[in-house]
Amino acid sequence: MKSLRIAAFAAAFGMLASGAVAQTTLRIGLAEDPDILDPTLARTYVGRIVFSAICDKLFDINEKLEIVPQLATGYTVSPDGESVTIKLRQGVKFHDGETFDAEAAKFSLERHLTMQGSFRKPEIAQIDRIEVVDPLTIRLALKAPFSPLMAQLTDRAGMMVSPKAAKETGDKFGLKPVCAGPYKFVERVQQDRIVVEKFADYWNKDNVHIDRVVYLPIVDSTVRLANLRAGSLQMVERFLATDVKTVKEDKRLKMVSAIDLGYQGLTLNLANGPKADNPLGKSAKVRKAFELAIDRDAINQVVFNGEFLVGNQWINPRNPYYQQSVPVPKRDVAKAKALLKEAGVTGRVELDFMVTNNPETRQIAEMLQSMMAEVGFDLKIRVTEFATALKEAEDGNFQVFLIGWSGRTDPDGNLYVFVTCNAPQNNGKYCDPKTDEEVKKARVASDLAERKKIYEPATKRLVGDNEGPIIYLYHRGILTAYTEKLEGYTQLPDGLIRLVGLKLKP
Amino acid sequence: MFTFLTQRILQLIPTLFCVSILIFGLQQLLPGDPALVMAGEERDPAVLEQIRKQYRLDQPVPVQYVYWVKGVLTGDLGESMRLKKPVSELVVEKLPVTLQLACMALLIALAIGIPAGIVSAVKRGTAWDYGANIFALWGISTPNFWLGILLIFLFAVTLNWLPASGYVGLRENFWASIATTIMPAFVLGNAIAAILMRHTRSAMLQAMTADYVRTARAKGLAERRVVLKHALRNALTPVITLGALEFGTLLSGAVLTEQIFTIPGFGKLIVDSVFNRDYAVVQGVVLVTASTYILLNLLADIAYVLVNPRLRA
Repeated sequence: MKSLRIAAFAAAFGMLASGAVAQTTLRIGLAEDPDILDPTLARTYVGRIVFSAICDKLFDINEKLEIVPQLATGYTVSPDGESVTIKLRQGVKFHDGETFDAEAAKFSLERHLTMQGSFRKPEIAQIDRIEVVDPLTIRLALKAPFSPLMAQLTDRAGMMVSPKAAKETGDKFGLKPVCAGPYKFVERVQQDRIVVEKFADYWNKDNVHIDRVVYLPIVDSTVRLANLRAGSLQMVERFLATDVKTVKEDKRLKMVSAIDLGYQGLTLNLANGPKADNPLGKSAKVRKAFELAIDRDAINQVVFNGEFLVGNQWINPRNPYYQQSVPVPKRDVAKAKALLKEAGVTGRVELDFMVTNNPETRQIAEMLQSMMAEVGFDLKIRVTEFATALKEAEDGNFQVFLIGWSGRTDPDGNLYVFVTCNAPQNNGKYCDPKTDEEVKKARVASDLAERKKIYEPATKRLVGDNEGPIIYLYHRGILTAYTEKLEGYTQLPDGLIRLVGLKLKP
Repeated sequence: MFTFLTQRILQLIPTLFCVSILIFGLQQLLPGDPALVMAGEERDPAVLEQIRKQYRLDQPVPVQYVYWVKGVLTGDLGESMRLKKPVSELVVEKLPVTLQLACMALLIALAIGIPAGIVSAVKRGTAWDYGANIFALWGISTPNFWLGILLIFLFAVTLNWLPASGYVGLRENFWASIATTIMPAFVLGNAIAAILMRHTRSAMLQAMTADYVRTARAKGLAERRVVLKHALRNALTPVITLGALEFGTLLSGAVLTEQIFTIPGFGKLIVDSVFNRDYAVVQGVVLVTASTYILLNLLADIAYVLVNPRLRA
């Protein structure tokens, strides 16, 4: 390997001498192998990281979660909220040389809406039709006002694909995606690597400094980090909180972290089948006692080195939508016991506690078990493989389920499908018309302050008074480590690795 | 010989049929719903419905089985739900990787196991014997993933001699390819070497007390010649069978080792596919490896007959 490196160096030196610039390659270790690289059909978190290199979106977000232009330059919403006019950037080319214009944008959005097997359809289903106003303007006519729409366009639903390539390859587009991002797809070897190279005609090419990027899925986080320390990678995503010390002590490495958009919590079975018939499922008071038994800070310190952020709502305490009037409750055993008594619970409450199988979740489950035991709950931990757990949750075969959500930019994405009556992810089968009404109202309002106000009573009801089906515990820190030779990297809460502006020193 | 061969080959048909039913049936026992996993976080009922329809998950299991077997007989192993890629393409992509790793591991195992077995048998009861036995015990009882991580820390992180993980193809760059596979091959080979060593040792001990060895010694042959030419030749037959079987196991992929070293072979493909309930891929890969295993067995049987005339009757 050493001789290889010398050879590479010699080659690079030779090129320099002949006047050409040395190729720079950034090798990034991913925590999983992405699924298909088609923005319409993709569904994994990690796939989005690769998309951020190859497929630009209409809009992007910044550190404050504000919506900023990318392939679009701006938008206006009609006063009745039922149509959105989007101005597109001029001079944008797809990787195959095709021009990006209103027709192409219309094509991409319609592909998301109509393609067989599209995972984007539910995200932007509120779009009724797309009109081309002029070559650089489109208008989206909505079925009803829907404020989370713009946030959806900052993720995969906003990704634009080359109409020519998409028409030619159909549902095989993902094997060789053609978009308008800073890097174009070169090759992929399943479970081994994805290679992309700088796109010469990128609209913002002056800010792209690295020639080649190679994504390598390395599932084991110890090995992933070892690769970074050995120099065979220049960056790794999502390393373990318990490795923070190792990274900080290594002078050749740097790290950044951002609190993610999602949450981790306990889903409670309120009305899903016979298992819901237990004190926790039936009484909000018992649920309050249950929550008061939890010491969130202890979990964060013990399992995550204090690197994560504890919370009690579907968005983290640093999010602009966080309701300060409903703070994170502290552990209070005496009060919890009193509440149980008030609720008429005598004797110990035994609960079926489903946990997915990984070292961190098992550790959390054991901590919760001992915290709960002090108050009077006996958690029977049932470690279940992930795919099985999903089905069990759907079928109502659980009483408490430790599970998380990767999160969406708009708060609606963390709430609607979990708490409205009969929503697809409402595994606890919570249903309250008042909550439904408020959550729906917040989808229509567009102003942040106004929406936050609408969410306030729902927050009080769902988590303040423990009527809701989820006890939110903490928000993960997205920990990214990289070589000190890499300059200009910042981590945003959506977990993407943005490559524009990055520099790699030789 | 001809009748023997046709007989053995005809026997393959019911075996393969049973294998196909086993593969399909076992998979149906897996809990969980492939459509749910496929849909991931976006669990829209309409999307789920569509997935079930597209991959015939809404049809009865026997019907799904018939569709699958029909495909297999016409050379179509189906398509990966997750990657939208034909399974046969995935198999062709992974086979050289697994084959290379298996060959290297077996070479390492033979190079360590057989000499160690001979030495410990010939020098029975000495420090050599005890040393070899301790090595064997260590080899059998060391978990692959642990040894793997230790090697990475020593050779990649500390000494910086070898890449920590990943894979480079043989045709892409020969030496880089060897560098990426030498550690996983050693981890796999080490465990097999231990088994081979134990078997070589006991077979050699038996052979060393045989009459023909005594005769050879009585003829006044050099000890070296007695051991290598007379004893070893006879002792080696069961060891080679064992080696062939271990090779078959290696070909089905080394799940943990591939995971640690990020080698994109069969093992990693199968694990990922099971977790994602990507049925077509699991079925295809297991079918291919099971067939290879059966074929290796057949070859071993034929080799026996060729070597041992007494079996030809």
